[in-house]
Amino acid sequence: MPEILRTWLPHLMEYSEEFWRSIEETLQMLLLSGLFSFAAGLILGIALVVTREGNILENKVIHQIIDKAVNLFRSIPFVILITALIPLTKLIVGTFIGVKGAIFPLVVGCTPFFIRQVDMALTDIDHGLIEAAQSMGISPLGIIFRVYLKESIPALARSTTITAISLLGLTAMGGAVGGGGLGSFVIRYGHNRFYQDITYVSVIVILVLVSIIQFIGNVIIKKTSH
Amino acid sequence: MIQLIDVSKTFHSRNGTVQAIRNVNLEIEKSDIFGVIGYSGAGKSTLVRCINLLEYPTSGKVLLEGIDLTALNEKKLRRQRQRIGMIFQQFNLFASRTVFGNVAFPLKYKGLKKREMKEKVCSLLELAGISDKARAYPAQLSGGQKQRVAIARALANDPGILLCDEATSALDPQTTQSILKLLKDLNRKLGLTIVLITHEMSVIKEVCNRVAVMDKGRVVEQNDVFSIFSSPQAQITKDFIRTTSNLPRIDELMEEKSSIVQLKDGERLCRLDFYGAHTKEAMISWISREYQVEASIIFANVEVLSDTVLGSLIVILSGSAANQNSAVRFLTDHDIRVEVMKSA
Ligand SMILES: Nc1ncnc2c1ncn2[C@@H]1O[C@H](COP(=O)(O)OP(=O)(O)OP(=O)(O)O)[C@@H](O)[C@H]1O
Ligand SMILES: [Mg+2]
Repeated sequence: MPEILRTWLPHLMEYSEEFWRSIEETLQMLLLSGLFSFAAGLILGIALVVTREGNILENKVIHQIIDKAVNLFRSIPFVILITALIPLTKLIVGTFIGVKGAIFPLVVGCTPFFIRQVDMALTDIDHGLIEAAQSMGISPLGIIFRVYLKESIPALARSTTITAISLLGLTAMGGAVGGGGLGSFVIRYGHNRFYQDITYVSVIVILVLVSIIQFIGNVIIKKTSH
Repeated sequence: MIQLIDVSKTFHSRNGTVQAIRNVNLEIEKSDIFGVIGYSGAGKSTLVRCINLLEYPTSGKVLLEGIDLTALNEKKLRRQRQRIGMIFQQFNLFASRTVFGNVAFPLKYKGLKKREMKEKVCSLLELAGISDKARAYPAQLSGGQKQRVAIARALANDPGILLCDEATSALDPQTTQSILKLLKDLNRKLGLTIVLITHEMSVIKEVCNRVAVMDKGRVVEQNDVFSIFSSPQAQITKDFIRTTSNLPRIDELMEEKSSIVQLKDGERLCRLDFYGAHTKEAMISWISREYQVEASIIFANVEVLSDTVLGSLIVILSGSAANQNSAVRFLTDHDIRVEVMKSA
């Protein structure tokens, strides 16, 4: 078996240690920045929705600030965003390279995308449900947790899946500018040295990761839809 | 008791302002089934939503047993809202929760023990006649079943008032009947005050004891249902009443010159309206016996409203002119309104 692999994937076997480490780094970046983006995106997404005109905690100022910030950050291409964020990243985490340096820009790049996803998911909730809860004398906080979030679990699962997949894409791009992970692995060997076996195996790894994310998402959506 | 005092509501939107309700004064007594009827856009929903302040009136007061709801802060208002249940045309059930979960929704954080909660929910489901579906999700229910769940949920806080915004408009006639019957039962059993919006006079006739007629944001007429039907004042009220009886068909027949309404010499086509005590007496046979005036009935419409009979007959009278006049006088003396529609 190892003989066959060595024949067909010579470079990958040569750099196999680095290959495994870069997968690990990709997963680290995905999980950590995913977790932060999820929390930040959910909170800000909820804030964006409930402060919208005619909604339970209508507040023009807060709504406009979040809305405009999301639009601004979403319009900056990610590679440029990373570069622009270097001083801030250095200030916050002490370094702007490696996995550690990639987390912050990834969160900044991913959160606005997720906020929009949350916005869409929550806005899809029939306003009649909110009114029904209001007519029962439920508080705004109760409405957020027991109506908005509870009713949109399947939609939020879908949003999270989409966001996680796009975040995987960002981690590869982050890698290209010094973040580590599969992205930088492929740039170094697949791109710069033209070791094609490395490129194609990495593509397969990414495909597998995407499939796993999609699978988990589908299971949650199925389990929570009635 | 609910009192609306000079309530107005104006909506401001990008394409101008809409005065949805204008200077409305209403009093709804405890245990009333109070109907609100009007055409689409008349402001019925806005009016009813002003009662639990889902819509804040632009001006005026909303009193619930003397408490001015418009003067309360958010927290106090939420407590008062628990005394007013509401159901909707689109049911508004939580799709992610079972029937049981929907009814339990308002009861959470009320300090009920698990067993008490279960008993409470089960008794509410029983009351609404939907106990067998406790574990089902709303998507698995028919419209009528959904509305029963919504009713059970609206009653969870033990409110004294139930607001119904076109609660039966999405249902077929038979299901509508069963829901209206349920509302009537709840009114009798619990003394529940019900405010019911509809655009069908038949619904009013079926369950209400009082009714307000709305037109372009104003309450143009309000009275007990019997008086509204027996002596409607506003034109719009008359139009609504026409929709509930088959009598307007006579106008069509007269226009079409149908053979049914062709009169022979000396005959008169009359409309007789009667209500209350005299209805049971055999007036028709009386005039035929006493005045030799024959009355052949073309149309009849008899309503029973709050246990009083309200009826109308379209008849062709034949006999000598003098006798007919005496017969008409006799009927009029007995509180039967006679309108000669055509004579030959
Ligand atoms: N939130 C709103 N913003 C702006 N205009 C509104 C709003 N709600 C109602 N209106 C307007 O107020 C008027 C009365 O509406 P309302 O919904 O009370 O009528 P309705 O009698 O309940 O009609 P329907 O029988 O169609 O339900 C309409 O002209 C409507 O367009
Ligand atoms: Mg309406």
